[in-house]
Formats: sequence, C-alpha cells, structure tokens
Amino acid sequence: MADQYPAVSLWGGFIASFRRDMLIAARHKAELTNPLVFFLIAVTLIPLGVSPEKSVLALLAPGIVWVMALLATLLSLDGLFRSDYDDGSLEQMLISPQSLYFTVMAKVLVHWLVSGLPVTLLAPLLGLMLSLPGEGYLPLLASLALGTASMSLIGAVGAALTVSLRKGGLLLSLIVMPLYIPVLIFGASAVQSAVQGGAVGMQLAVLGAFLALAIVLAPIAALGALRISTNG
Amino acid sequence: MKFQFETIADFIAMNGHGPYVWASYAITFAALIFLLVSPLLQKKNFIKQQQKLQKLAQANPAADQSVE
Amino acid sequence: MAWQWFHRLGSPRWFYEKTTAWMPWLAALSIALLLTGAVWGLAFAPADFKQGNSYRIIYIHVPAAFLALAGYYIMAISGAVGLIWKMKLPFMVMKSAAPIGALLTFVSLVTGSIWGKPTWGTWWEWDARITSMLILFFLYLGMIALQQAFTHRDTSDKASAVLALVGMVNIPIIYKSVDWWNTLHQPATIKFTSKSTIDPSMLYPLLIMVIGFYAFYALVLLLNTRVEILRRESRTQWVSDLISATNKRA
Repeated sequence: MADQYPAVSLWGGFIASFRRDMLIAARHKAELTNPLVFFLIAVTLIPLGVSPEKSVLALLAPGIVWVMALLATLLSLDGLFRSDYDDGSLEQMLISPQSLYFTVMAKVLVHWLVSGLPVTLLAPLLGLMLSLPGEGYLPLLASLALGTASMSLIGAVGAALTVSLRKGGLLLSLIVMPLYIPVLIFGASAVQSAVQGGAVGMQLAVLGAFLALAIVLAPIAALGALRISTNG
Repeated sequence: MKFQFETIADFIAMNGHGPYVWASYAITFAALIFLLVSPLLQKKNFIKQQQKLQKLAQANPAADQSVE
Repeated sequence: MAWQWFHRLGSPRWFYEKTTAWMPWLAALSIALLLTGAVWGLAFAPADFKQGNSYRIIYIHVPAAFLALAGYYIMAISGAVGLIWKMKLPFMVMKSAAPIGALLTFVSLVTGSIWGKPTWGTWWEWDARITSMLILFFLYLGMIALQQAFTHRDTSDKASAVLALVGMVNIPIIYKSVDWWNTLHQPATIKFTSKSTIDPSMLYPLLIMVIGFYAFYALVLLLNTRVEILRRESRTQWVSDLISATNKRA
C-alpha cells in the first residue's frame, strides 16, 4: 500500500506546506497589513494620550513599542488555523502521513514571516517617532525578532485550542496574554538596558532560550490541541 | 502561650491595625464559607430537579427518556 | 495488585461511594484546624516587632497563596491524567478545581493588598509575589473562560487540560521572570516574610493554618467533584437509585 504513494521526505513536506501557506498569505494582503496598521495607530495614540514631551516619550518608548508589538501579534493569531479549519483542509492535514510537527512548524513560520517580522522591521520607525535614544535600535530589532517568534509559537497553541469556536478571538487573547509576560519582561528590559548604557547579552540570551524551548514544546502542544478541536 | 492583649477592646483595635486584620479575616472566611456552601446547594438543587423528573417519568412512563 | 485503586479511579461511581464516608471527617478536621489556627494566630501568637499586629494577616494570606498555586498544579495534573489514561473522573476534578483555585488566588490578592496598606502605605505595590499572584489569577480566568466556551463537554475537558498543562510549564518561567523584573525595578522593599527570622511561636499557628487550608481544599474539591459526578452521570441507574433513596428519607 505504502509504495503506491511517492515517498515525501520530512524536509519536502515542510517545504510543501510552507509554500502553500506563503501563497495563501500573499493572496490575502489585507490580513497581512492590518496588524501593521494597528501597530502604527496604537503607538500614535500614546503621545496623544500621555504627552508629546520628548523626555517622557524616550523613557516610555521601549515598553510601549514592545507592548504594542505584543498586541499586534495577538491580533493576527486568530487567523493562524482559522481558514484551514473552515474549509476542511486542516482535517486533511491531520490524517496525512507527514510528520505533523513540521506541518505546524511551517504554519507558525509563515505566521511569523507575515506578522512578527514586519512588526519587527516597522519598530525602529516607531522608535524614531517616540524619540527612542540611538543605542536602543539594535537591541529593539534583535529582541523583537526573537520575541515575536516565541510569541507566534506560544500563540499557536492558543489558536489551535480556540479554532473550533465561532467567536474565539477575544478568548484567544485572554488565554495567551498571561503566557507572553516573560517574553515581554525580557524583551522590553533589553531595550531599556541598552538605552541606559547597560549590557543586553543576558536578556537576549534568555529570549533565545525561550525561543528554543518554544520551538521544541509549542508545536507538540498545538498539534494535540488541533486534534482535540477537530474531533469535537 | 498567653492572650496577647490586655482587654477585648485592645484585641479588636490591634494598635490601629484592627480594620486591616479583621477585614482580611472576614473576606477570607466569607470566601471559604461560599466555597463550602455552594457545592452543597448545587447538590440539593440537582437532587430536587432529578426528583421532579422521576415523578414526571412515573406519571407518564411512555415519554420516559431521562431515567433508564 | 497495587494499581487496582488506580483503575478503580476510572469509575466515578466507585469514587462517589468511597468518598461519601470521608466527608463528615474531612469537614470536622478542616474546620477544627482552621478555627484553632485563626484563634491562635489572632490572639495568642506574639506581635511582630517590626510590623506590629498587621502581620497576623500572614495566617490567611500565605496558606491561601499556597493553595492557589498548588491548586493550579492539582488541576493541570488531573488534566494530564485524564488525557493520558482517557479517564472521566480526572476531568471532573480538573473542572471543579478551576473556580476554587481562582477564588483562593483572589483571596490571597485581596489580603495581600490589605496587608500592603499598613506595611507599605499603599493598597497596591508591584511586588514580585503579588504580581505573580495576579498573573496566576489571569491564568485561572483564562482556564475558566475556555472551559465555558465549548458546548461539547469532551472537547471542553481535553482543550482545558492542554491549556492547564501549558500553564503549568509556564508558571515557573513566569515566577522567575517576575522575580528578576522586580529586583531590576525596586531593590529591597520590606518583605512580608523573611524566613530566617520567624519565631517558632509565630510559626506553629501558620503551620496549622496551612494544613487546615489543605484539608479544606480537599473537602471543597471533593464536594464539587461529587456534584459534577452526579450531573454527568445523571442518566445512569446508580444515580437515579441514589435520587430515589434520598426521596424516601426526605
């Protein structure tokens, strides 16, 4: 039976689902830009709501950019498995002979490429608007790149748990946000420490450790959650 | 082991910390009582409701669905 | 042979009938311990030389905080047992544990806040322990929200078990992170409890209260689980027999 099908290697399966998801993402450009526009508008609210004073903004900038990046990532999570669940392709995936760890991994990677990465690249611009001191930009980029990747992975578990619920969006934020707190603490602290002239190696190392842990554990939990959601 | 306060009034006042201490204990014990009473009430309501269903089932055996 | 009790745990009926006899004993034990500990702590333990009488809040704040955290682990572990061995009973325990844990977390937050007023002069301080407690409270709220979101009971049970496990893996990370964050922003505030200096005469009532809270937690967890068993098994013969037996007594 098995040799009636062409053998697909782990890598081949990973590439195939990666390509498919990238193609889908490219065809839904609005979903791609919405979190970025949210990020931009939300950060703009701060000077309007708090104070346009440069010294105040510079003090708040690391935390604000990080919190807003976290919220922007959160907003895009709901779509991670939603369309695949709605059109039934998720169930097809779950019964396929591929290693599902890599299928989930490919989905999360695509999610990061279309949400976390653009948010990270947009962040220096927002730092500029909030008069973030010059030493902060590189740590901001590095910490957001590592942090948004962890957040995509952790968020995938929440997205998988709530995918079968019609109104899962808000619930997803509720269950995922507390889990983001360690990432936020170390990410914002890296930028803050750089601005104050301190070292950032430790914070970035911890963020890297979170990412490594998330890469190992999160897809497994997300996979379990997907099976539960589709069986229900 | 001895009673730490001269008078009962002292015990209530606790050198000015009384309101904080007593409020904490009141809130905690209220929560504990709620935790204890709520499952007991739920059980009582459940049994009442099931008894009603049983009576209905006895009165009308043909429509009996809830009790096998 | 030794594992027989474990297989029996698969039967909610066996569990219900077994625990019926425990209830009055557990109730008497936990209420006696709680009252003894509270009276001892309030009236007979010596006052703290630094904080005066306000430290007496420790006798409820610390046990509540212990149980709030232990409750999350109890919830997550029962969820894991349910997922791995596909048993019904652990899911009922898990479901009952969530609101109890949330309320205890809330109690420890409120008592901590009230304690903060005479100690730090403010109702809310972003102290490491209180902040961690607040996040634990959020984790409980997320858990309860997820449990209630599903209409299908089986999906609800399994999904919340996965969430509880993810939370359990995260709790140590959250606690360590918040601890580190706290030392960064405000070094050396007054600690509620400095372990090395606590006097035995203050420690005994605390120990009694902690044991009392554990016994009380076991009591209310069992009571809630037993109601959940009756609800979920309401269509079985043994529950309907139980109901009619209650009928005759009343």
